[in-house]
Amino acid sequence: MTSLPQQTDKKLGLVIDLDICVGCHACVVSCKEWNTGGYGAALSDQDPYGDHVSGSWLNRVHSYEAGEGANARVVHFPKSCLHCDDAPCVTVCPTGASYKRSEDGIVLVNEDRCIGCGLCAWACPYGAREMDVAEGVMKKCTLCVDRIYNDNIPEEDRVPACVRSCPANARHFGDLADPGSEVSLMVLARGGFDLMPEQGTKPVNKYLPPRERPAEPSSCGKRSASERESTADATGFFRWLDQALERMG
Amino acid sequence: MHPAFSVIAFTSLSGMGYGLAVVLGVGLLNGASLGGQIGYVIALLLISAGLASSTFHLGHPERAVLALTQWRSSWLSREGVLAIITFLPLGLAALGSLFFAADWQPAGWLAAAGALATVYCTAMIYASLKTVQQWASGLTVAVYLLFGLAGGLLLASGLAAMDAAMVPADESWRGLLPLALVALLGGWVAKALWWRRAGQEHSASTIESATGLGHLGKVRLLERPHIEENYLTREMGFRVARKHAVKLRRMALLFGLVLPMVALLIALFIPDGFAAVLLLHAALSHLLGVLIERWLFFAEARHTVMLYYGDERA
Repeated sequence: MTSLPQQTDKKLGLVIDLDICVGCHACVVSCKEWNTGGYGAALSDQDPYGDHVSGSWLNRVHSYEAGEGANARVVHFPKSCLHCDDAPCVTVCPTGASYKRSEDGIVLVNEDRCIGCGLCAWACPYGAREMDVAEGVMKKCTLCVDRIYNDNIPEEDRVPACVRSCPANARHFGDLADPGSEVSLMVLARGGFDLMPEQGTKPVNKYLPPRERPAEPSSCGKRSASERESTADATGFFRWLDQALERMG
Repeated sequence: MHPAFSVIAFTSLSGMGYGLAVVLGVGLLNGASLGGQIGYVIALLLISAGLASSTFHLGHPERAVLALTQWRSSWLSREGVLAIITFLPLGLAALGSLFFAADWQPAGWLAAAGALATVYCTAMIYASLKTVQQWASGLTVAVYLLFGLAGGLLLASGLAAMDAAMVPADESWRGLLPLALVALLGGWVAKALWWRRAGQEHSASTIESATGLGHLGKVRLLERPHIEENYLTREMGFRVARKHAVKLRRMALLFGLVLPMVALLIALFIPDGFAAVLLLHAALSHLLGVLIERWLFFAEARHTVMLYYGDERA
């Protein structure tokens, strides 16, 4: 059924901290590794050892530069399905392959019903869905639904593969409908935000903004060369040395 | 957006076929005449060819019947359901025309209503996508409906002129010409407004809202996640048409508007037989113009996904 549930009991999702993501792509690789052998069809690659490598991935890391000059910052930006409350990819699906679970809010594709029309990928503003060219069905993040409820793996592994593999701890998994959950508190404390809120999709996944930095240090920026080389603020031994060397002419 | 030929052919061919079904259904072209019989055959062929071609781009065409199940939420599903339902009265009306040389009006009217509703759903598939600002407009629906009707009226006037050539006393068919002219001009006025809107209005989404980093200042893409193209950049980042958009628009206007309009004006003053030949060619020219226009409709469209790949606005 491609009508959206009125409400979901839980809102399982990710919180991604843009302040500490180092852009290592470990989450990208571990996602592909887990999901190519897990839920549904394998994630195929086309021409994998050739000149034009291409393939389906469920998580990708973009890198942006924001701001100007010395204040510009590089921000690594992982992006996967946001499991939106108002998921446009679900309602456009003509076959009922695309659905949102009422128990935990995860958006999934039933690949046995998918006709590979691609309309859901057009309806998603975020590029979260990619067609698997070999299989002819739509692939997307499952929030590792085959890990998080899996009693056969150690408890610490029952989180999405991307969260488990992140070496910087930039990715967090939890129930965003529970205001007391760790992820909800993190969103509250850090001002977690939605991507493209104007699209009206109400994403469950949240992003934590890069933290404020101290003002521009005096050693760089727009000051003149003579200003930057000034020794007027030296103290103690170095002030004495500076003045002694000055006197020597 | 990547212009899949099967989708372009589908929307153009079936649009014209449904337009002709409307003209036949409401009795503007007499279903009992030879022209009407040929008309029903052409309409059914155009619609069937269009529907068949729409399944060519599917990953799993053998499961296409499942696409009839989600009409509660999906415009694509509604389109499929209405297309199937419309075949019933349309097939019945065609049966009456072809085998009983009769104009079965109730079936015709139902077929006409179904045809309009189907084209409306086709247009809504695109007009309902917020991700492509150019499409998300009532003008998209107006263009699809009016182009379908104009194509149908051009075909019908050619077929009616053919009928008239065999019964020289009857000149009533010339009443179709002003109707065709109105639909043709209406369609292109809607398209001109559509183009103007596409050039002026941008999506509220920007690279800043896509990344949420606007508070830091201007956002630029530093590095893509991958060096080669992927499904997303191939599907949503098509650029060839935007580069040649002005030339292609001129070609669409020449074949889709200017030539058919000149043909309609000349047809007012020439004998029926010549008019029939001229108008059927005008219908083909219109179809070619619509094909080019439809190609641009897809190829020029900008999707918000490309904001993540460095586009500043969508």
